[in-house]
Amino acid sequence: METVRVERGTRASRIFALVAVIALAALVALPWWGDAGDMRLIAEMAYYLALAQLWNLLAGYAGLVSVGQQAYVGLGGYVLFYLTGALSVNVYVALLLAAPFAGLLSIPVSIAVFRLRGAYFAVGTWVVSEVFALAASLIPVLGGGSGLSLTPDIMREIAPDRADRDMILYLMSLATAVVVFAIAYLLLRSRHGLALTAIRDSEPASASLGVNTFRTKFIIYIVTAMCTALVGGLIFLQKLRISPEAGFSINDWTVVVIFMVVIGGIGTIEGPFIGMLVFIVLRELLADYGSYYLILMGAIAIVVMLRAPSGIWGWVSNRFNIQLFPVGRRLALVDWLR
Amino acid sequence: MEWLNTFIQGSLLGGIYALFAIGLSLSFGIMRLVNIAHGDLIVLSAYVAMVIGQGTGLDPISCLVIVVPLMFALGYALQRGLLNQTLSGGLLPPLLVTFGISIIIQNGLLQVFGAYTHRLQEGAIETASLQFPGGILIGVYPLVVFGVALLALGSLQLLFYRTGLGRAFRAVSDDADTAELMGVDNRKLYAVALGIAMIFTAIAGVLFAIRTNFDPAAGPIRLILAFEAVIIGGLGSMWGTLIGGMVLGIAQAVGAAVSPTWQILAGHIAFLIILIVRPSGLFPRTRD
Repeated sequence: METVRVERGTRASRIFALVAVIALAALVALPWWGDAGDMRLIAEMAYYLALAQLWNLLAGYAGLVSVGQQAYVGLGGYVLFYLTGALSVNVYVALLLAAPFAGLLSIPVSIAVFRLRGAYFAVGTWVVSEVFALAASLIPVLGGGSGLSLTPDIMREIAPDRADRDMILYLMSLATAVVVFAIAYLLLRSRHGLALTAIRDSEPASASLGVNTFRTKFIIYIVTAMCTALVGGLIFLQKLRISPEAGFSINDWTVVVIFMVVIGGIGTIEGPFIGMLVFIVLRELLADYGSYYLILMGAIAIVVMLRAPSGIWGWVSNRFNIQLFPVGRRLALVDWLR
Repeated sequence: MEWLNTFIQGSLLGGIYALFAIGLSLSFGIMRLVNIAHGDLIVLSAYVAMVIGQGTGLDPISCLVIVVPLMFALGYALQRGLLNQTLSGGLLPPLLVTFGISIIIQNGLLQVFGAYTHRLQEGAIETASLQFPGGILIGVYPLVVFGVALLALGSLQLLFYRTGLGRAFRAVSDDADTAELMGVDNRKLYAVALGIAMIFTAIAGVLFAIRTNFDPAAGPIRLILAFEAVIIGGLGSMWGTLIGGMVLGIAQAVGAAVSPTWQILAGHIAFLIILIVRPSGLFPRTRD
């Protein structure tokens, strides 16, 4: 007779799933009950959430601490602007093409940066993003140092009227965040996820147990590069302008993202969400005081790293033994034993 | 002659890159710490020198008498108070804590001094140059900087191989646990090490700020250049950082000869090529 069984979901995770679906439905309906300002803020939260989750997969699970993901954010933006502007490709097609393009480019990049380990890998990825930025500023068809803009014609392709366009862009941001979360969740539940979680906990141990750590890391690097480029395309579709400085900004697309993940809880699927909320709240509260919110984020990240390295969510999940996205397995005693 | 000139100017440019790299190389060599805030500490030194210069009327190089001990103290305190706590917990803590320090320094400078660019003024030496046969002009200042880099590396060589402190550094670098068993106080030693690294950071910061404009955001590229020099030279190799700096300088000079906009990019490309062809650098010493 079976005395124990392996389960993944818990009561907390099932209740959470219900709450999440309701909240998501409310957000999808936001265009009908919120104003344009709300939509902009939620869209921004959505793409920060996506970037944070992608960085979390890369650094929190695969141990690839990249500080050069802005390379792919900018790349996605530039692919979109170039294809729609110079080659008159349909805007949705161009947006989707950003992903395979980044995937192809990330292969030679990984050959160089995978030769570096640990912190040197981090700075190596940063050099690559500097190369991307400098290259963009040197290529005349990419507008050089001043960059490119999306023409009104291209924007009319999405929807002729501004309100509709705002709504479509908002829903696309929301969808991207949901898709990235779904990819992370499904990936972590798959056998690759098991390998990733093993690498997170101990790379030498997982390698000795037969996990192909190189292949797993390589795949994660490429998948996150593709998704990051997609998010980048979407970000600059809303900004309407891209320049090397804005597209490849380490502060905007990597620094704050790293702080979010660390504060929220690195190596957990819930952490990026918490960290993103902390960031947005701090930034909105300190909006009138220049860049103090960045100083504060940096200080909080340092304290978290030293005092509670698993972040806010790591602490909560440990303290109360809850997991909202059940990616692990746990043993449950069957009823008659209780 | 044109190429010889490019080669010489590039090599001399390598002097300042080697100076940028020494602090980074020291903290990696001794405590395996990659200090992401390194570039910002270089820029911070320049600001400190600027403030002291404004307050006392001293020229920047004389200001070093005050800047160097200040930065030594800052390095000692940073390591003692903050970074020592990160050394046992794997890769992420030191990386993210120094990353946080970097952002705090950058934005702190931005809040205090604004985004304006500054430059330190040293006077006639900045523009003086020596005429050599064949129409080659060598600036006195780059030559002085290169000489300082040689002097810095030479004094580190002496420190490492002729003093008790240097022996302790080498012991800790080889095997921190065993060194501790032999009675070395690792935590204190690490603090002294970052203090010494910051001496060179301060010198590099002031010397670069005499030649180049700086602003609060000028740190990251300095970190990248230092890092490239360290990797090209080979991790943990002191004299390798000088060669690394020179390779980088020559690559940049060649790039700049093609077109001024290519200068920095040419350096990055040289770095990436060396990384692919010879990943452990030209003169590897330590393994991580």
